[in-house]
Amino acid sequence: MEAGVQAASQQARADRGAGLSGTLVASLVVAVVCAVPVVYLFAVILDEPSLAWEIIWRADTLQLFLRSFALALAVGATATAIAVPLAWLTSRSDLPWRRGWTVLSVLPLVIPSYIGAYLFVSALGPRGELQSLLGVDKIPSIYGFAGAWIVLSLFTFPLVLLPVRAAMKRLDPNLEDAASGMGRSQAEIARTVILPQLIPAIGAGALLVSLYALADFGAVSILRFDSFTRVIYQSYRGSFDRTGAAALAGVLVVVMLILLLVESRVRRSRSYHRVGPGSIRPTRTVALGRWRLPALAFCALVTLFSVLLPVGMLIYWSAQSVAGATNWQQVITAAANSILLATLTAALAALCALPVAWLGARAPGRFSRVVDTLTTTGYALPGIVVALAIVFVGIRLVPFLYQTLPMTVIAMVIVCLPLAITATRAAVLQLPPRLEEAARGSGRSPLGVLATIGIPLTRAGILAGAALVFVAAIKELPIVVLLSPIEFSTLPLVIWQESTRAFFESGAIPALVLLLVTAPGVWLLVGRER
Amino acid sequence: MSDAATIGGVTSVAEKVAACSIGGAGERAEIVRVEGLRKHFDDVRAVGDVDLTLHAGEIAALLGPSGCGKTTLLRLVAGFERPDAGTVEVAGNLVASAEGFTPPERRSVAMVFQDYALFPHMTVEQNVGYALGRRPDRERVAKVMRLVGLDGLGDRRPDELSGGQQQRVALARALAPTPSVVLLDEPFSGLDASMREQVRGEVREILRAAGVAAILVTHDQEEALSFADTVAVMNAGQIEQFGTPEEIYGRPANHWVASFLGEIDVLPGKASGGRATCLLGEAAVDGSLEGPVDVLIRPESISTSQDGGGQDGIVVERVYFGHDQLVTLELEGGVRVHSRNLGFPACHPGDRLKVSLTGPVTALPSPPAQA
Repeated sequence: MEAGVQAASQQARADRGAGLSGTLVASLVVAVVCAVPVVYLFAVILDEPSLAWEIIWRADTLQLFLRSFALALAVGATATAIAVPLAWLTSRSDLPWRRGWTVLSVLPLVIPSYIGAYLFVSALGPRGELQSLLGVDKIPSIYGFAGAWIVLSLFTFPLVLLPVRAAMKRLDPNLEDAASGMGRSQAEIARTVILPQLIPAIGAGALLVSLYALADFGAVSILRFDSFTRVIYQSYRGSFDRTGAAALAGVLVVVMLILLLVESRVRRSRSYHRVGPGSIRPTRTVALGRWRLPALAFCALVTLFSVLLPVGMLIYWSAQSVAGATNWQQVITAAANSILLATLTAALAALCALPVAWLGARAPGRFSRVVDTLTTTGYALPGIVVALAIVFVGIRLVPFLYQTLPMTVIAMVIVCLPLAITATRAAVLQLPPRLEEAARGSGRSPLGVLATIGIPLTRAGILAGAALVFVAAIKELPIVVLLSPIEFSTLPLVIWQESTRAFFESGAIPALVLLLVTAPGVWLLVGRER
Repeated sequence: MSDAATIGGVTSVAEKVAACSIGGAGERAEIVRVEGLRKHFDDVRAVGDVDLTLHAGEIAALLGPSGCGKTTLLRLVAGFERPDAGTVEVAGNLVASAEGFTPPERRSVAMVFQDYALFPHMTVEQNVGYALGRRPDRERVAKVMRLVGLDGLGDRRPDELSGGQQQRVALARALAPTPSVVLLDEPFSGLDASMREQVRGEVREILRAAGVAAILVTHDQEEALSFADTVAVMNAGQIEQFGTPEEIYGRPANHWVASFLGEIDVLPGKASGGRATCLLGEAAVDGSLEGPVDVLIRPESISTSQDGGGQDGIVVERVYFGHDQLVTLELEGGVRVHSRNLGFPACHPGDRLKVSLTGPVTALPSPPAQA
């Protein structure tokens, strides 16, 4: 019997016959293209190993490292401090308007960090709104560490909130009942029973936010905080110091890879499974009593700074801009270019995802794991590093493609591909392999089967993946900053350029358009929690 | 080569009967020929050195417990698996060997899957026409639909049909391109027991009407015996016995086949001159046997009576099935045998009855060492 089961599962693996070799080759090509830039980055470093070595061991670099790490830690801690109470209040207390707060607490995630930074600077920075309201000449600078810390915390805390809230909802009230039946106080129960069950979710969320802070380019560059990403960019742009930029990028890649490894460990050990039969009763809600008002004030404050103020500022500046002299030509061109770029990226990514997803679903194994890992590099590593690496490839290996639209699209695909692969693979897994075999048995070639059975039946997943890629690509900043063709302006580029130059009005309409285009997509991706 | 399938359609009943017996099948065209076929999955042997031949118009069953390799054998014939060794011929073409491998779409075989594998995004008509290429011959589709009794259902989607109707769509899709052989992978296991027998009969009739050769994979003994002309009993990747249903049930080649196909009692006996004697009496057996043998007796071959001749037996257990009953009897010396007879007269534990041998038996040489 056991042999039969084993044979059947191996059969499922060995099944595919001739169709598989094409899939293998195609996914290998995709994987190699995805992995080339990062590998090539190290080739650039090795061009001048002594110089690179010297840069890496400079005192500046150590400071840079500590500075970036401090930011990552501060953002992780602050986001957790905001998210955990908010998660508890919206999932387990009798907080008034709980459903409303639930939605509002996830909303900051739809605002890309560079738009958040832009709005923050435009409100509180020099020549910003606060200054003109107060009518003073000088206000304390919000540029630097403080600004980056506050902005990144405000717009990333939902990344902690979502897993923690989900974990809180999964808690089994029977465990708490059992503990109180053993004579433990509420505080003891919270410490010994509840918290240990939440730690994995909190840890994973905090780590994710820290990684985000370390990888972010848009916000830190607008807020002029010299973290790794900004210094890498400046050393490339400022002096065209290739080896310097490459060496620093290499250091960041190594740091990120170590952290990503830790993150995947944490995630894998994440859930404590409930032992025992029966379904979970819904968790009880805790009466807040006299803590109601402070709790409401906390929620309101978080919402004010993470949603209301940014959106308010955006509307304010948009109105100013419309009343003044909006450069409509610029906005329309940038929007058209953005949509063109994102559409091409989505289409190419959907196409490239097909073989990889098919391989992962139909022939899981060591080879497909390698392909998966390679295709994820561009997505997992900081955008500015990937962009820089692709620049090197562009300049040295394919100069005829450098700063052309096809090259930009390929770079975008490298950065967004896993979104398409995940969605497509989920759809392929839903498709019974017997259908494809029945089609083969009916006299159709592997490609014919793909066209008549495979794609029609996985269309929803392919389209969903393409939509996710579209949303990610249209707001992607580092790639367009480093790679887009000269004179090819896109919405993120306009926002970023105008706000780094403190021309707040000019960035407003592009930011509003971008938010309107991306918000529904981001919301569908992360906000579906009910 | 698709003509090979239709040849069977015009053969007479007598020829079909001839095809059932392996010996008389010599002059009929071979549709499937499997030789020395072997397939391993990592360390597990799924199919080991199997030979099998199927003739035009013949329906064969691969019968065996789950994990015995019968589905793998079917998939090797279909081309969904590559053999490690051995050859497969379909309609005279070598489709799998050490030299080459023909993919399933160019094999002239059609498969009916356990879960039917109907395409959910196509209508019944599109499903049936799928195997006929991009512009299916509508007349052919209509003809096949009529053959399986699906007239008027062409515009439906598979999910709007009953299990039995879905089964027939799958069959029509398989038959549409006039394949040389139809392969059926446990096609009746998805149906509930009340419908299974009826659908089985219908499918058999449709296959007969189409005159196409077929291989049925099943773990259900009754299904294999009632559906097929020939049965290959498989165990652990090998064919234990190949023969007509009567042969494998009535004259099992070994103890394993005997007990896999149903209740059987094994009594020690002695054979000489074509007859064997055991506790229950004497019966005709294979003349080549001499000396100590195991006499294998099906419950149908053992009769009981109130006052006839035979051994004395005491009823120790009785299981009632409605149309028949299975009675466990204890003979002198504590030997237990089973008798299957019509549900009357009812008997009860403790009843004393006369037990006698009234049907055919099989004798096998006694296993040399009994542990």
